[in-house]
Amino acid sequence: MTAAFRPHAGLDVERVRRDFPILRRSMRGRPLVYLDSAASAQKPSAVIEAIRSFYETSYANIHRGVYELSERATLLHDEARVKVQHLLGAADAREIVFVRNATEAINLVAWSWGRARLRAGDEILISGLEHHSNIVPWQLLCEEKGAKLRVAPVDERGELLEDAFRALLSERTRLVALAHVSNALGTVLPVARLAALAHDAGSLVLVDGAQAVPRMPVDVRALGCDFYAFSGHKLYGPTGIGCLYGRRELLEAMPPWQGGGDMIAEVRFEKTLFADPPQRFEAGTPDIAGAVGLGAAIDYVTDLGLARIAEHERELLAYGTELLAEIPELRIVGTAREKTGVLSFVLGDIHPHDVGTILDQEGIAIRAGHHCAQPLMERLGLPATARASLGVYNTREDLERLAAGIRKVLQVFA
Amino acid sequence: MDVRELYQSTILDHNKRPRNFRVPEAANREARGSNPLCGDQLTVYLRLENGVVEDVGFQGTGCAISKASASLMTEAVKGRRLEELEQLFERFHALLTSDAMRPADTEGLGKLAVFSGVREYPVRVKCATLAWHTVRAAARGDAATVKTE
Repeated sequence: MTAAFRPHAGLDVERVRRDFPILRRSMRGRPLVYLDSAASAQKPSAVIEAIRSFYETSYANIHRGVYELSERATLLHDEARVKVQHLLGAADAREIVFVRNATEAINLVAWSWGRARLRAGDEILISGLEHHSNIVPWQLLCEEKGAKLRVAPVDERGELLEDAFRALLSERTRLVALAHVSNALGTVLPVARLAALAHDAGSLVLVDGAQAVPRMPVDVRALGCDFYAFSGHKLYGPTGIGCLYGRRELLEAMPPWQGGGDMIAEVRFEKTLFADPPQRFEAGTPDIAGAVGLGAAIDYVTDLGLARIAEHERELLAYGTELLAEIPELRIVGTAREKTGVLSFVLGDIHPHDVGTILDQEGIAIRAGHHCAQPLMERLGLPATARASLGVYNTREDLERLAAGIRKVLQVFA
Repeated sequence: MDVRELYQSTILDHNKRPRNFRVPEAANREARGSNPLCGDQLTVYLRLENGVVEDVGFQGTGCAISKASASLMTEAVKGRRLEELEQLFERFHALLTSDAMRPADTEGLGKLAVFSGVREYPVRVKCATLAWHTVRAAARGDAATVKTE
């Protein structure tokens, strides 16, 4: 039987690679090894073409256009929302708000829900491995409201200390905001379990899914979260578009966070009536082409199968971990039992930026730095790490090139 | 370009064994510098007397380029008058921000010329100039932390 007829066959990575035009270019005279998908993923032709074709054949502003092009653009925009709904397992497309990225989704909740609901003395609980995008909006909010930001600590492996998390939950906790997957270490948090604990304490739960959505099936109802945020660009879609999922009754009770066109039902100088969600939170002309591109990206990963993508990354992560463990000077940072997609490491006393520059000379793109998670780096006692992160197009050869590149770094600094 | 042109032996040597990596006795000026992008952080200390850098040292963490640059900077400014320090800053800065396709103008820079290869790595230029921005701030008595980003 050929692979095409085997529903449980693994990912055909060679075929996937042909879908990504950028992988045809060389980098510093060598085939590009792209190991920075946790920062942003490359784009398949299906996404690039969907955006191009939209602009060439179907573009106009959406809503209220009485002509065919506008109707068509509105339809495509609405369809993209339904695709996101299905991707996340949401009950209703009206629970999906289009924003610029996961950061904006979190800020939306902080500004709208937070400013309306948070009181002095209330608490927001986050984890010690959050990206700055899931720290700073809450700091700003807490400062304004006289509320308190609590942080559940992580251990040396990069796992959340669940007892400490539980101990920090109280009747004062109004919101628990957690990463689904750590961008810096790849730790997968047991979100469903933590959400249940939070709900028992009477708190709402927001999940930053920026790193999870591209690499595993996500079901917001199974997770039991109230809000879920992600970015399109990490899901092989365009930059400039992201989504907030919010449970319908929560969104309905939330005030607008930006005013303008498209978010109103009726405007008088005396008083304005606001539109229902999601439009209430989408003031102004949105990134229409971005939504269309995101829809195409969702089709792309859905066709490949997110479970299959997860399995592919799991195998690669195991292989990469094995290869890097053979280098005595190298220490992998982040060894959670449940992890995905990310190989963070330090190499003797060689600074990660020097590692990154030398790997770049070998045509290998990785990231070096604090990965927008400075409190986590401080907890681990490191100013920075080098981070190789995986995507659907990565191969075992990519990881072999990485290991060879790291040996070259060691030679230069010998 | 071969990566060895960036990581020349002088740079690797100063990274491994940074000179004046200490707080000088009776230092009377200091400034902190940081490169938030890389997480490079350093403090430069000066003992200034009658407009002359009598002693200089630095502490901190950073990549090979920033550490070697700080080390070589301390050697270059020791014993110099403040005007000379400013001139060196200008020359070094001009070298690093000059067009990488043109031959480097390293006149008057001595050993500091080893950093001309950094021109080809625009994101790393800030690593090389951090120590210089910081020593200039210390010399001028600027209080705020210098940031190169």
